[in-house]
Amino acid sequence: MSQTLAINERQDFITTKGRQKAHLKCDADSIAGCVSQRACVYCGARVVLNPITDAIHLVHGPIGCSAYTWDIRGSLTSGEELFRNSFSTDLKEQDVIFGGEKKLSAAIDKLAIKYNPKLIFIYSTCIVGVIGDDLEAVAKAAAKRYGIQVIPVQSSGFIGNKSAGYRAACDALFRLIEPADRTMVGKDKSINYLGDFNLAGEAWIIRDYFRQMGVTVNVVLTGDASSADLKKATRASLNIIQCAGSMHYLAGRMEETYGIPFMQVSFLGLHDTADSLRRVAAAIGDKEVLARTEALIDRELAVTAPVIEDYRRKLAGKKAAVYVGGGFKAISLIKQFRELGIEVVMIGTQTGRQEEYDTIHELASDGTVILDDANPSELEKFMTEQQADLLVGGVKERPLAYKLGKAFIDHNHDRKHPLSGYVGAINFAKEVYSTVCSPVWKYVRSGDEGCE
Amino acid sequence: MLDATTKDIKERTSGGMINPAKTCQPIGAMYAALGIHGCLPHSHGSQGCCSFHRMHLTRHFRDPIMASTSSFTEGASVFGGGANLKTAIKTIFQVYNPDIIAVHTTCLTETIGDDIPNIIKTAEIPEGKLVIHTNTPSYVGSHVTGFSNMTKSMVNYFSEATSDVKKEQVNIIPGFVNPGDMREIKRLTRAMNAPFIMFPDTSGVVDSPMTGEFNMFPKGGTTQAELADTGNSKITVALGRFAASDAAGQLDKKCKVPAVTLKTPIGIKATDSFLMTLRKAFAYEVPYELEEERGQLVDIMTDTHFHFHGKSVAIFGDPDIVTGMTEFVLSLGMKPIHILTGTPGGAVGSAVGSFEDDIKELVDMAGVKANIQASGDLFTLHQWIKTKPVDLLIGTTYGKYIARAEDIPLVRVGFPVLDRSVHSYMPIVGYRGAMRLIEMISGALLDRQDRDAADEDFELVM
Repeated sequence: MSQTLAINERQDFITTKGRQKAHLKCDADSIAGCVSQRACVYCGARVVLNPITDAIHLVHGPIGCSAYTWDIRGSLTSGEELFRNSFSTDLKEQDVIFGGEKKLSAAIDKLAIKYNPKLIFIYSTCIVGVIGDDLEAVAKAAAKRYGIQVIPVQSSGFIGNKSAGYRAACDALFRLIEPADRTMVGKDKSINYLGDFNLAGEAWIIRDYFRQMGVTVNVVLTGDASSADLKKATRASLNIIQCAGSMHYLAGRMEETYGIPFMQVSFLGLHDTADSLRRVAAAIGDKEVLARTEALIDRELAVTAPVIEDYRRKLAGKKAAVYVGGGFKAISLIKQFRELGIEVVMIGTQTGRQEEYDTIHELASDGTVILDDANPSELEKFMTEQQADLLVGGVKERPLAYKLGKAFIDHNHDRKHPLSGYVGAINFAKEVYSTVCSPVWKYVRSGDEGCE
Repeated sequence: MLDATTKDIKERTSGGMINPAKTCQPIGAMYAALGIHGCLPHSHGSQGCCSFHRMHLTRHFRDPIMASTSSFTEGASVFGGGANLKTAIKTIFQVYNPDIIAVHTTCLTETIGDDIPNIIKTAEIPEGKLVIHTNTPSYVGSHVTGFSNMTKSMVNYFSEATSDVKKEQVNIIPGFVNPGDMREIKRLTRAMNAPFIMFPDTSGVVDSPMTGEFNMFPKGGTTQAELADTGNSKITVALGRFAASDAAGQLDKKCKVPAVTLKTPIGIKATDSFLMTLRKAFAYEVPYELEEERGQLVDIMTDTHFHFHGKSVAIFGDPDIVTGMTEFVLSLGMKPIHILTGTPGGAVGSAVGSFEDDIKELVDMAGVKANIQASGDLFTLHQWIKTKPVDLLIGTTYGKYIARAEDIPLVRVGFPVLDRSVHSYMPIVGYRGAMRLIEMISGALLDRQDRDAADEDFELVM
């Protein structure tokens, strides 16, 4: 579709490494009329808070917002499963005209009695933002009635994009973690792990590494977290963040208010995993931890490296396109693909931040197309022009890639194996191999050479 | 996960939903609009709505689902979305160049009161291009209502009676069904030799073949010329009262095309009545090919009836599908004892009528006592099943939680099916669709019997 770039306003959001400007525009509103792959504020807030296992996530709005987010995230739990249900006030015409506060209050009453939860999140949706229901007042009254925490999430869809939803979720979390006893703040020699949602059990893998290193993980935000775990969050002396897009803001607020420092990590790929583990060990500063960390890395590499090498021989020379939600994942994927001998020839995100795009630009090879908030025709154009063999993306990108005869990997809600840590690196390589080298492509592309 | 569900059913006055059996109007409008050739559905609202609908439809159909959004911001919500919609229309024609943009609203734009027809009137629309719209407030009805509304808008915008003499052709409104069903309904109509226009028709759009190329506007969909010509047809057959009859009624009002509303042709009886309606309208004989199919179906029903007889079933999903399925399982000798849809009964004064009345009539005739509810949720359905267990659950993917909690087999029928593939290509309508349903239902029941059989009862021949 050659007319793709007819949207002049989109030019600033796309660049080619080595040929054009180094900076690209990001974190701006999408242009009206684009087939954007982005979601809304509510979606952003919901995906961040949803993994909290023992909370009731009550969506205050018409039925859709709750129906589309019912158990879609694939976050695993070791405790309660309450979060996997879908609760909605199912607003009707009458409620829109006369206000929905009464209905919300009645819904909380029912749920508080039926499920006896410790924590209820009430999500605001577009319509609630317009009719102006006072969620704070309803929440406050309900919290008092039942002696539980009821926290409103200010996530009306139109107040920004998905990033604004991440912030709304972080604000809600910030209220939740407020310690009753400030004297305990930062007192534990433990860490919080921010920005892992325990998809396919990923947070459990990382927790286990830290256990082997002798580092205590206080709480993961928010994968497999309970409200009681989260209330102890401020006791940790260090925050490490993986998904910066969603959690950087919370880490910043925790540093500002409680003096808890934070560092960026990533457990995608062999290089980043080892590097992250070492940096956390160094921050802890304990000699034994450092030694155990090196031992852990050696142990894991001894098993993993030969497997990766094996896949590398089969996959070397293939080309990948990446279109994911946040910047950290994009950055790690460039490196992880290199471990497999694969060059990333197109890379973009829905909500990457400026500094992340700078890093991506630095890491990318010359000729790589970098783009923010892409739409399907742009993805099509660049995947085709750049001759990518594979796309990494989310739900909506999958059939698009397939239609173009490209292999695909879900690196979002629909991933079925963990992609984090050493075991994740093996899963990733295996998945890349099984999709890129599947015999089905022979029926799509005549003359396809396939893999070795 | 459903541990909190108790047998003890208390009347819920809060009006909220626990585990809904419906979703909101706009997704239905988006799906219907995909059934117009060269059309880009446009969601006038926040970005999330469009993204959620595309995601949900993508998961069900496993095909790229294209739709654009007005990408609302705070400013648009305060000052009105006119500017956003106009920019969107301009951008869409410039960049994606569809023949038609089909705008649907959302709860947000309905509530702030955007006047869509007026905005469209003042928008920049290139020569030969068209923008149509429908109102889909999410806080009324369900996704089925949205499908019905967009289909009705097709009549409002396109249908024209250009001659007093009606043509020997039939309009077929298939309702909210899969492209596989639409293909089967077309095959049956072709076999009857009846010239027809089907609208909307998503076959060839959301089940497009792999060509190695991405086509934003695939080959399928009802064309503008066909939509216009619906006004000249001799008769309209609406398949499904909830998703199809409103548009048929509008076509009668606007172009004097008489409408017949039938059940979605699921099972032998409803398929018979669809073919008989065509036969009556055109005085064509039912060809041997279809008689043979019907005979095969009856043969299969007799071959297998003892597998089904007296088995109790719970059915949930969209009202037209659930009605058809209820009639069909009754014809197999099964007992549908819990029947529920999330869609409200139908607006007062509409031709839609009442789901609960329809179902009651069906089960009463068969002497089956059933729990029946429109506007219900899966929490209620689960409570019913706990109180009175069933042998089989028929419904969408969302039934899998109950199926697991109660250890009952689930046959996936309807929208959405998010955890299995190929379903959207295969029909459940017509005689062949009924054969497929029998295969699915008996497969589920017999697999269960094999799984649970004691060693000495485990048999080769069943």
